[in-house]
Amino acid sequence: MIAVENISKSYSTRFGPRTILDNVNFRLERGRNIGILGQNGAGKSTLIRLISGAEKPSSGHIQREMTVSWPLAFGGAFQANLTGLDNLKFVCRVYGVDYKPLIPFVEDFTELGIYFREPVMHYSNGMLTRLAFALSMAIEFDCFLIDEAMVVGDARFHEKCHIELFHKRKDRAFILVTHDANAIKLYCEKASVLQDGKLYPFDTVDEAYDFYNNGLKRLPAA
Amino acid sequence: MIGGNSVMRSLVIQNRTLHALMMREVITRFGRDNLGALWLFAEPMLFTLGITALWTAAGMNHGSSLPIVAFALTGYSSVLLWRNCANRCLGAIEANLPLLFHRNVKVIDIFLTRIVLEIAGATASFAILATFFTSIGWMAPPVDMLEVVFGWFMLAWFGTALALLIGAATAYSHVVEKLWAPASYLLFPISGAAFMVDWLPPAFQKVVLLLPMVHGVEILREGYFGNVVKSQYDAGYMAMSCLILTLAALYLVRDAANKVESR
Repeated sequence: MIAVENISKSYSTRFGPRTILDNVNFRLERGRNIGILGQNGAGKSTLIRLISGAEKPSSGHIQREMTVSWPLAFGGAFQANLTGLDNLKFVCRVYGVDYKPLIPFVEDFTELGIYFREPVMHYSNGMLTRLAFALSMAIEFDCFLIDEAMVVGDARFHEKCHIELFHKRKDRAFILVTHDANAIKLYCEKASVLQDGKLYPFDTVDEAYDFYNNGLKRLPAA
Repeated sequence: MIGGNSVMRSLVIQNRTLHALMMREVITRFGRDNLGALWLFAEPMLFTLGITALWTAAGMNHGSSLPIVAFALTGYSSVLLWRNCANRCLGAIEANLPLLFHRNVKVIDIFLTRIVLEIAGATASFAILATFFTSIGWMAPPVDMLEVVFGWFMLAWFGTALALLIGAATAYSHVVEKLWAPASYLLFPISGAAFMVDWLPPAFQKVVLLLPMVHGVEILREGYFGNVVKSQYDAGYMAMSCLILTLAALYLVRDAANKVESR
C-alpha cells in the first residue's frame, strides 16, 4: 500500500514560492494501478519524484508499505566513464541484489552486444534508453513508477517494454503519469487528473478522460 | 517499529549504499586506464613529493634541528587530509543529483563516500611515503606511533566535519564555492603545516591556535619527533571544536537534503 496524505510541494523562485502540488491525496493498494493525467507543467513529474522519495514534500506525508521503483527508464544517472555493466552493478548494490544472475536478461533486453562492457559515453540515445529500461526491470519492485515522458523509443522497443511491464509483471502495482489519455485508457483501471496542483480522482477512466478533455477546452485558445 | 531492528536495518542499507557509491566513484573519477584506482593515493603522493622537494630546497625548517623531509611530509599530508575532503564535497550534491532518485541514496551518503575515499587516499599516501623515506634512511620512524595515529584521526575528524559543512553550504548558495577556493588557499600557510607554533611570536601563537587543525598537526608532530619539538596544543579544544562543527554540519546536511531539487 502507498498512501499519499495531504502532500504539498512548493519551490522557491525569484518571485516568491510557487506551489506545484496543493494538498494531494490518494491511496494505492498492492497489485492495483492508477493513471494520473495532466498537461505539461501540471506537476506530474514532481509528484513522481515525491513518491519515489527523491525529494521530500513541503508538507504532508507519504507512507510506503510496498517497495517502490525509481521513476521508470530514468537514465539521468549514467556516468560517461561507466559501462552498462557498471551501471547494473551499481543499482544492484544499492538495492542489495546479486548482479550476476541478471546479466543475461540485461544483455538480451538491451541488445548492446560488446557495448554492454564499453563506457556509456559511446552509446547512442537508443542504447541508453534500452539500458535504462532494462535496469528498471532488473530490480523487482512491488510498485513501478512510470513517467511516460521518459519512455521514448521506436515501436519495437515499446513493444518489448510493454511485454516486460504489463504482461510479465501484471501482478504488480503501478502509477502511470502522462498527458496522453489513450495510454491511461489502455493500461489503467482508475484515473485521476492533475490540474493546477490539485488532484481530482475519478472512479472510471472515462470520467477522468471527459474531465481532462473538457478542462482542456475550457482553457482560452492560444 | 522503532527499535534495535530498524536501526540495524538502516545501517545495513546505508552500508550497502556507501559501498555502491564508492565503487562507482572510483571508476567515475579514475577510470580503468593506466593506474586506475591507484590514482587515489598516487595523486596526493605526487603533491607531497613535490612539496617535500620544494621545502627541502628552501630550508623550510627555519634553521631548527628538525629533519626537513619528515617535517614536510607530516605538514603537507595533514593539509591534504582536511583540504581534499572539503574540496571534494564542494558541489558534490549537484554532480550526483540524479542518484537521489534511488531512495536509499541520501545526500549524506554522497558526502561520506567522497570523504572516506579522500581520507583513504591521503592516509595511504602518507603511510607509503613515510615507509619509503624511512626505509631509505631519509627520516626516522615515529617516536610514538599511537600519538601519530591520534593526531591523524583528529585531523580526519576535522576534515570530515569541515567537508560536510562546506558541501551542505553549497546547496544554499554558490557563493560558498567561490569563497572556499581563496579561503583554503589562505588557510594553508596558517594551518600549522609549515611551522611549529612554538616558532611564532606569542601574540601570533594565540591567534593561530584558534584554528582546530593547528592542534592536530602539533599532536602529529609530537608523536613523530617526540621531545625534539616543543608542541603546543589542546586536544580538548580541538575535540570540542570538531564536535561543534560536526553537529552544525549534520544539521545543515539534513536541512540541505530537504531543499534539494532532483532532476
